[in-house]
Parts: sequence; structure tokens; C-alpha cells
Amino acid sequence: MKYVDEFRDAEKAKSLIHEIRLLAKSIPIAKERPIAIMEVCGGHTHSIFRYGLEGMLPKEIELVHGPGCPVCVLPMGRVDDCVSVAKRPEVIFTTFGDAMRVPGSKGSLLQAKADGADVRMVYSPMDALALAKKNPDREVVFFAIGFETTVPSTALTVLQAKADGIRNFSLFCNHITIVPTIKAILDSPDLQLDGFLGPGHVSMVIGTRPYEFVSTYYKRPMVVAGFEPLDVLQSIWMVLKQIQEGRAEIENQYARIVPEDGNSPALAAVSEVYELREFFEWRGLGSIDHSGLKVREKYAEFDAELKFKMPNIKIADPKSCQCGEVLKGVIKPWQCKVFGSACTPETPLGALMVSSEGACAAYYQYGGVKKYEAAS
Amino acid sequence: MNHMPLPRRRSLGEVHVAKVTLAHGGGGKAMKDLIDDVFVSAFDNGLLAPMEDQARIDLTVLAKHGDRLAFTTDSFVVDPLFFPGGDIGKLAVCGTVNDLAVGGAKPLYLSCAAIIEEGVELDLLRRIAKSMAKTARDAGVQFVTGDTKVVQKGACDKVFLTTTGIGVIRPEYALSSDRARPGDIVIVNGMLGDHGAAILGARGDMLLDSPIESDCAPLNGLIDALLAAAPGTRTIRDATRGGVATVLNEFADASQVAIEIDETKTPIRPEVKGFCEILGLDPLYLANEGKIVAIVPPDQAAAAIAAMQTHVFGEGSTVIGEVRAGEPGRVTMKTVFGGTRIVDMLVGEQLPRIC
Repeated sequence: MKYVDEFRDAEKAKSLIHEIRLLAKSIPIAKERPIAIMEVCGGHTHSIFRYGLEGMLPKEIELVHGPGCPVCVLPMGRVDDCVSVAKRPEVIFTTFGDAMRVPGSKGSLLQAKADGADVRMVYSPMDALALAKKNPDREVVFFAIGFETTVPSTALTVLQAKADGIRNFSLFCNHITIVPTIKAILDSPDLQLDGFLGPGHVSMVIGTRPYEFVSTYYKRPMVVAGFEPLDVLQSIWMVLKQIQEGRAEIENQYARIVPEDGNSPALAAVSEVYELREFFEWRGLGSIDHSGLKVREKYAEFDAELKFKMPNIKIADPKSCQCGEVLKGVIKPWQCKVFGSACTPETPLGALMVSSEGACAAYYQYGGVKKYEAAS
Repeated sequence: MNHMPLPRRRSLGEVHVAKVTLAHGGGGKAMKDLIDDVFVSAFDNGLLAPMEDQARIDLTVLAKHGDRLAFTTDSFVVDPLFFPGGDIGKLAVCGTVNDLAVGGAKPLYLSCAAIIEEGVELDLLRRIAKSMAKTARDAGVQFVTGDTKVVQKGACDKVFLTTTGIGVIRPEYALSSDRARPGDIVIVNGMLGDHGAAILGARGDMLLDSPIESDCAPLNGLIDALLAAAPGTRTIRDATRGGVATVLNEFADASQVAIEIDETKTPIRPEVKGFCEILGLDPLYLANEGKIVAIVPPDQAAAAIAAMQTHVFGEGSTVIGEVRAGEPGRVTMKTVFGGTRIVDMLVGEQLPRIC
């Protein structure tokens, strides 16, 4: 497939791996402990497992799978809110497919559907708006979830709904932003990270400038990376090169997609519709200031939280669940007490086991074969 | 006094309304007319014609084909009913024929149970029955008994079909999923994932125009050719729901062996790959309706491939991997990129209602 196969060339991979190995060995700290690089985005986690990249890297490099899977960081209370709205008889509750299995304290949306709630999987928020137009006697609610990657599409849907005068459409906003989250990770005392692979698709929207604090304040290198396996390897090489040369900069490996200043029409739509919440609760990471978005008052008629007076009850994460430590890279998925026993993709306790972009599900499903075997 | 001669065959009833109503399920003349008009006229054969409550099959006829009866059933609820490359009727025949054939059986007789939602158009039913009849002829099997129910609107979605089939297994065949041994070769008969991608495309949810057609086909002829050329074949399964990945996991588990496939040798159409890239699906888990996975001893693999490639449904037959002595039950794939990843069982459904 053109424009895809070029980024999956096994021969180029071999020479890149060779370069990475040489580079890693030349970095003094690697003799004491592995160099820890966090891929922030769940898309990268998926690619790493899909192509078996972990097993190809030298032992001097440890990949830490970050919090960039929006399904995975959704706290139970928000899922409970979804279920309570979805169960209202007048509601058609629409959601992306992978959010259907996320467990709340009273079950998932999939279970609510089995109990009779009208929950439908859609592929775009515009599909939900179309459903609202087709069903004027029902209330269509869209479960808006995701980082800056998906925010413009829901913002534009709200603007379209407003322009069309649609009154039976609203969204339950759970959008989150990446920058405060990276900051929270960097501020975490039990964390040791040497560098970051920056999120590609988020950066396509916000550009690369918002990450500058990572290099200037925290003195860590970050490379905004593409999602094909050669993209990921090249980005790892770029992070190592910075470490070797004692630099901490924001570099853009994914320049074919990511403009330095982001996508201004998309950003304009986002700031028209949304504003920052004072704080937002993350599964495993706790409350992070200014990390969530909510619908502006101007568009309050499309805000499901107001329309349905959601209970918004905070539910603590299950005690046995160590998602937070996995998210911060303190432990590996298989070191969690319940990994593969009480928590499996069939019966996920923690959200990291739900989505294919979640580190635990990825380990369970695709397995970093060598490391998994070494650990078991 | 003149006597009317007794008709040798009873005349077939006809339905003169456009849509099915609950009356067509009532057990009276309307139901008989529906069954005659739609199914009996399409399936017409000597075993069905007497219209008893059961088909009567001569055991001596069965015994000519082998020494064991194979018996299987499958239900079909695909949405949409018609899709590029097939329809629910064709699927209902192929599904059951293939389930018999992969056990080494010669498929012979099928039953058909149809659950029909009131309001369905008669012409739609006639098209489905014609498609079933044609596919049955192609596969060399006969519909010899059946049942029809009409349910009220909303109690099912247009038409659900169940086909049950019997076939006979030749004495020399002993195909079994627990017989895979290290060194055995894993073969498929062509491009993978077409059916799943075709159904998804046909639903139109994605607003993607896709030229992908379902691979839906009866594979008994192909399997005959394979078994004739490679009589030591360990096991065969059709890679329907759950795709090739699921079948390989079933083999690895039953035989307590490891299986490794090679992504570069796994045949997937560029269109299907593109489809999966966009939608985040894995083609290894996409359903097929005309693809088998066969485990063949290494010394018979070349003969198996050569024989399969001469068959219309096996032109793309190829080796995708081999059985290894590694961790029992583990399926892995060497990726195009040179890495290795685990190919596990799918937890949920990739897609709802594909067959």
C-alpha cells in the first residue's frame, strides 16, 4: 500500500535498530539502568505492540507506556454518568466503540445496552447528529471523549447542530488535554523518565510549541512522532541523540503531518465551543488542574451534563487496581497484582485493560513476547 | 362417468400479495402457499417432493460415501441481507456445506428453517430462496426438509435462516484439530478478510465506497482436491467469525503446540488492508466465508498447494506459517517489520452480525 509500506520497510528497520543500539551504548547512564522513554500517546503504544518493536530494541532502552489513551483514563464516575443517561427511555446514547466496554461502578455501556438502554456505536460525532435529525422525538447524546485529536470534530458538530437549529442533540463532554497531563507526570515524585515520544495526532491540531516547557523547564527531550513503525524507531533514535549530545529540545519527526503552529481553523472551532475546566479527574492519576474541557455557556443547550442533571458522583478506583502506577511507568503492566488474573480483557477491572491502546490490554493481547516470557 | 386423472404431483401454491403477513405463519393455506411459492419451487427435488414432516434418506445411499455421518447446524442473521459477492441465502448454504466439508465429509443433504418478519417482501424471499437453490446446485447438495415461521414486526430483523446439514466421511479421513505437530505447514486458500470488509462496506455506516466482495463460496470441491493430494492432512477449519487468528488459536490449543505465521506471506488485498488501516481493524480477525486454514504435514505441503491452486476457489492457495514446538497454545506472527507479536483470541466482537 503506497505511503504505508514505505514506513514499514524491514531492511530500513534493521539499520535503524543497529544505529539505536550503537547510540544507546554510547550513553553513559545506560550502563547503570535502562534509558526510560515514555510514549505519551496510546496510538504509539498500539504500533509498538502491533509490530513487535519492544522485542527489537536493545535492553538499554525501556519504553514506558503513557496515559494517552482517553478511554483508559476515564474515571468510573463518568462512566456511571453515561450509564444513567443512557438508561433514560427518551435517550439514544451514541459512543465510539471502544468506550462501550469501559467498566463503571455499575457496569459498562455494553451491559446497559443488554439491559435495554438504546446505546449505539458511531464512527463520528456527525453520525450522532444525523441520528438526532432522523429521530426528532428522541434525545441523542454523544459521548465526547478524547484528546485534542477528536476535540475539533465534536466542536464542529456542535457548531453544525447550532446552525441547523437541532434541539435534541447534546454531548457529554469528557475531552481532556495533553499538556497539563504531561506536566503532572513530570511533577510526579516517583517518576524517572529520560525523554518523551510526543503525540502525533494531538500535535497535528495543537502544533509543537505547547510542549516547550518540557525542554525549557523540565530539561527533557521530546520528539513528536508518527505512528508507523519506522516513525517510532526514528523518533527513539532522535530522543537518544539528544540525550547523547546533552540537548533537551522539542523536535518534530512527524513534520509531514504536524505543522509547528498546529491547525488554526480547528483550534478556532475548539475555543469557540469549549473552555477549560478548573480540574478534571483522571483514572489512576487523580485530579489534574485545567486538564479537561467543558462546553461554553454560549452552547449550554448542547451540554448533556446540564440537560440531564448528571449525578457526577466521584467513585474511587478499585483498590486492587494499579492503573495509576502503570500509567506513570512506575510498574510494568504484568507487575500489577491483578494483571491477567482478576483483570483481563474479558473482565477488565482497570481501564488500561479495555482499549487496544491501553498498555495492559496491549501486553495481554499482543505481548511484548520476550519481556513477557522473561517475566513469567 | 369420466374420472379426472390423479395428478402425479400436487400443484404448487402461489402467493399473490406483495408482503408477508402473520397469516403466512398461521399453518393454513396461506402458509402452504408461502412455502410452495418461495421454497419448494426453488428447491424442487425428489426427497423434498413428498412433503412429509421429515425427509427420508436411504441408509444404503449414505453408506456408499463412507462410514461416518457428519452432522452440523448454523444460523444466519447477516445484515444487510444482500451484499457484494453474496446474500444470506448463499451464505446459509456455504456455511453449512463448509462446516461439513472441513471435517472431511461429503455434504449431501440440508434442511432450511426460515424465521421471517411480517412485512418482508415476497420478492425478497424469492430472491433469497433462488440464491440458496443455485448455491446448493453448485455445491452438489439438496434441500430435503424445512420449516417456516412468521413473527411479528420487531421480533426478528427481516429474515433469519438456519441450515442443518448431513454429510458422510470417507473411512480413510481422520481430520482433527488436536493432530497438528511441530514442523507441519499452515496453508490458506487465498485472500483473507474479504467477507468481513465487504459486509462492513455494504452497511454504509462508514461512507466508504469499497469495491471489496465477499469471498462466500462452497469449498467442498476444493477440500476434495486438497485431501486427494494430501491425505495426511491433519486438520482443516473454515475461518469464519473471528478470522484466521481464531482458527489458529483453536488449533494451537487443541494440539498443544505453538504456531508462527509470517505477515509477509499472509495474503490480504490492498483494499482490505486499507479498510482495516482506516477503521483500526486487524484483518486476521475479519471473517471469511470462503477460506480454509489447513494444517498439512511438511512432506505433503507442496502437493496440497499444487492441487488447491488448480481449483477455482484455491487459486491463491499459499503457505502462511508453520507449527512449532514452542509454548503450547501460543500463536505468534513475524511482523512485516521483523518483530514478533502474539496473535491471541479476540475478546469481544470486532463487528456485529457478519454472518
